[in-house]
Amino acid sequence: MTGKMNDIVSSGLAGSLALAAAFLMPLFFNDWELLQLMIYVILSMLALSLAFIWGFGGILSFGHAVFFGLGAYAYAIAAANFGETTLPLLLSIAVPSVFAVLFGYFMLYGRISDVYLGAITLSLTLVFEKFMNSTAGPQYVIGEARLGGANGIPSIPRLNVPGFPDWVLSTSDLFGLCVILLAGVYIGLKFLISSDFGRIIIAVRENEMRAELLGYDARKYKLITFVIGAAIAGLAGCLFANWGGFISPKVFALSQSIQIIIWVVFGGVGTLVGPILGCMLIQWFTTYLTTVNIINKDVVLGALLTAVVLLLPSGLIPTIQRLINKIRLPRNTTARIAVEKAESRP
Amino acid sequence: MDFYIVAGLEVISGVATLVLVAVGLAIVFGMMRVINLAHGEFLMLGAYTAITATNAGINIFVSMLVIAPIVVGLLGIVVERVIIRYLYGRLMDTMLATWGLSLLFIGVVTMVFGNTTSGISSPLGPVTIGSVSTSGYKFFIIAVTICVIVGLYILFKRTRFGLIARATMQNPDMAATLGVDPNRTYAATFGLGAALAGLAGGVIAPVTGIVPTIGVVFGAKAFITVIGGGGSVIIGTISASSVFGTINQVTSFVSTPVMGEVAMLLAAIILVRLLPTGITGRFFKGGI
Repeated sequence: MTGKMNDIVSSGLAGSLALAAAFLMPLFFNDWELLQLMIYVILSMLALSLAFIWGFGGILSFGHAVFFGLGAYAYAIAAANFGETTLPLLLSIAVPSVFAVLFGYFMLYGRISDVYLGAITLSLTLVFEKFMNSTAGPQYVIGEARLGGANGIPSIPRLNVPGFPDWVLSTSDLFGLCVILLAGVYIGLKFLISSDFGRIIIAVRENEMRAELLGYDARKYKLITFVIGAAIAGLAGCLFANWGGFISPKVFALSQSIQIIIWVVFGGVGTLVGPILGCMLIQWFTTYLTTVNIINKDVVLGALLTAVVLLLPSGLIPTIQRLINKIRLPRNTTARIAVEKAESRP
Repeated sequence: MDFYIVAGLEVISGVATLVLVAVGLAIVFGMMRVINLAHGEFLMLGAYTAITATNAGINIFVSMLVIAPIVVGLLGIVVERVIIRYLYGRLMDTMLATWGLSLLFIGVVTMVFGNTTSGISSPLGPVTIGSVSTSGYKFFIIAVTICVIVGLYILFKRTRFGLIARATMQNPDMAATLGVDPNRTYAATFGLGAALAGLAGGVIAPVTGIVPTIGVVFGAKAFITVIGGGGSVIIGTISASSVFGTINQVTSFVSTPVMGEVAMLLAAIILVRLLPTGITGRFFKGGI
């Protein structure tokens, strides 16, 4: 099966799964259960956005939650001001994207990478957290919306059908929308990665110097990757604001950004399905730990991250793939050697 | 006049605290090219060690200056043997693994001590300068920082351990050929960095409310200070701390402490963008 065929099959599978889930699950689950499931879907989209910029663009941001938070705040503020939510939805994607263009230009055109990029993005998320926490006073108002400091913005209006301000989405509608959007983002990224653009960003990730010598401006491609990731994170933030009807500066906390990194590391850097699975498994497990309340969840998450980095450096999905290949392909055949060679590439 | 003295003292003690908090991380980064994102949690553990020891009836200065660094230093050696040594040369993986470790420590301490603020009272009373009175503990922090810096300089420049450490960091294979065990040097250096974090935690315990998550903020500050300072351990830490500490304190004076922190972080972002190899990557090259 060629790569393109593979993409079409997996995209078709993801699309039909999403459609089935969007239409069938509301029949079997009540609103409360749908809300519990919806958060996994929304956070998976956030995981996908980092999976793209880190796994394929090679940019590890320690402050990726900034774009998620910006999207959520942009939606909350705009929705409080406009009433109709079509423009706020677009703004929740546009604001993080524009910010990513500016900040990404500032970082990436200075050829900042690795640990230095880590230091800058980590500082960025701390700046947002500290600043938003200090906006409790009545002078911090944008139009009708008070920023509210550490208490955040409560009772954010839910999305309505574009053009019909009174036709507000029900919980099952919102669930369906989230599932379809997640599948849409997944399919979009899948095709983007196998396009020419995708090949170039992977080339840049593998060897920036070589890509530049072949005539590609690595900085430009990294910036575009970064902005696409920020836009997806912003959309996820908008859905998150819709989900809880509430947003607070907690989204900018360092722990939020590390959470996203844990999902991606656990699922497998350089894959798209991995981070989605990683996010769902870890979120489910965290929720479970909080309910049974035997052991602090930070202990488990921390131990898990350290253990995965030490023992399973390529993550869950790539490891499973390797195991399957080992069973499927007989010993020392040409095919097997070719597969192992392909896998041993950094 | 008195105001300027107090303001100046405020700035100097802010800078000194930052030096004290960051220097352990700077040693580990400068010598081993490893960023330990659990540095802040080492500091937090130092603070809890000092509090626990003091509450157990041990003299406060002994628990801050002796027990906290020793306990955390030993823990650092264990961490190096169990985790860090498998990850040398993989900078990003080390950061992720130690970040996991930091979450683990936060969780364990939360389970043991609870999510409440602990503290010990400051052992030194107020000091009066002219018409203004200020905390005498600020002088103590400045004195400890000076001792640490001088001690490190002597350790690295004048002792056999310092010579071996610097040689191993420059060329581990060559050092090994000459009969040095690089593994022991790495473990000792990492332990030293952790011990200094423990010391910093012990020293700030009486002036800060200690909660399990306190290390996050201090760790982040130490991280940007070290990256801002660049490769040279002592000069880098002092210069970056001076820049960031001054900006923080001055902005706090004219605005609010929160804005002081924000200004410092923005300064860090701009500094790293302009000087990606840190201050000592551009200036004072070759110093220690």
